[in-house]
Amino acid sequence: MIRIKRSSAAALCALVVMLLGSVIEHEARGQADGADRAAQSRQAFLDVSAVLKHPRCLNCHTSVDYPRQGDDQHRHLFNVRRGPDDRGAPALRCQTCHQAGNQQASGVPGAPGWRLAPLRMAWDGLSAGELCRALLDPAGGGMTPQKLVEHLRTERLVAWAWEPGRNPRGDLRQQPPVSHEQLLALARNWAELGAACPE
Amino acid sequence: MIAFDLNGKRVTAGSDPDTPLLWTIRDEFGLTGTKYGCGIAACGACTVHLDGDAVRSCSVPVSAAHGRKVVTIEGLSKDRSHPVQKAWIAYQVPQCGYCQSGMIMAAAALLAQIPRPSDSDIDSAITNICRCGTYKRIREAIHDAAKR
Repeated sequence: MIRIKRSSAAALCALVVMLLGSVIEHEARGQADGADRAAQSRQAFLDVSAVLKHPRCLNCHTSVDYPRQGDDQHRHLFNVRRGPDDRGAPALRCQTCHQAGNQQASGVPGAPGWRLAPLRMAWDGLSAGELCRALLDPAGGGMTPQKLVEHLRTERLVAWAWEPGRNPRGDLRQQPPVSHEQLLALARNWAELGAACPE
Repeated sequence: MIAFDLNGKRVTAGSDPDTPLLWTIRDEFGLTGTKYGCGIAACGACTVHLDGDAVRSCSVPVSAAHGRKVVTIEGLSKDRSHPVQKAWIAYQVPQCGYCQSGMIMAAAALLAQIPRPSDSDIDSAITNICRCGTYKRIREAIHDAAKR
């Protein structure tokens, strides 16, 4: 009887040790998976930020009182100003020149609602991590990951970056490094993996 | 078919929808007071009003005018009695004059939005280019027009 009890206790101990080992291993694997997902999410945002920091986006996501122009991001010519509502100064509105579509005759770019991003959405000079945190900051970009994906999907000024037309010299404007569809896939991936921000 | 109000008259344009408004105004309707300058919306010689806002008509497709009101230099007043026109004469602003219809239209749009503009307001709004360099008289005339 005693022998049976001893052997049962030993078996029970072995079982407990096995179970504990399994739990610890599972948790460790879970932590590794979590770390892996966060790393993948961070990488996805780094790829997204390569688009967000492209001149097609940054030229109107400025932290100054004026928009920029061109791939060299020079100050917008002719003293063009942000104005009180981010749509230009009175009598020199963005729509003074920028219409609902690109103008082939003049080379002036256009899309519906052409305007600067508000100052709280200024991106120039930010690292990828700073940009990520600024987007999600309620006082800044005020985005949720889902809202950002939706913004990138539906905003026509965003879509313009992939149809930027030709400049007045007749040269095609550069497009962002990945396609619009690839950008959306990267942004969705970033969000689904936890919307982690790079350092 | 593109229909719009041009200086108070209902007109129908037969131009291709992508045609710059400038050329429809000049070639189709014969209103040549609006000038072609640079063709890239940089100089402002082609400025007209679209629903009261200054636009550079070389860069506005005529289709954008559909159902809207366009005013050119010919329609600013019937008898050159607009305060900006009076001030322009009083200060003898033009030299060669080529850019001046665009200047006057830009100035009129500014005064409609800011009746007493500061120098800074003028600098921000009047970015039209004058090769004769009449900028000093333009500024004085805008301040004068604001008082009329």
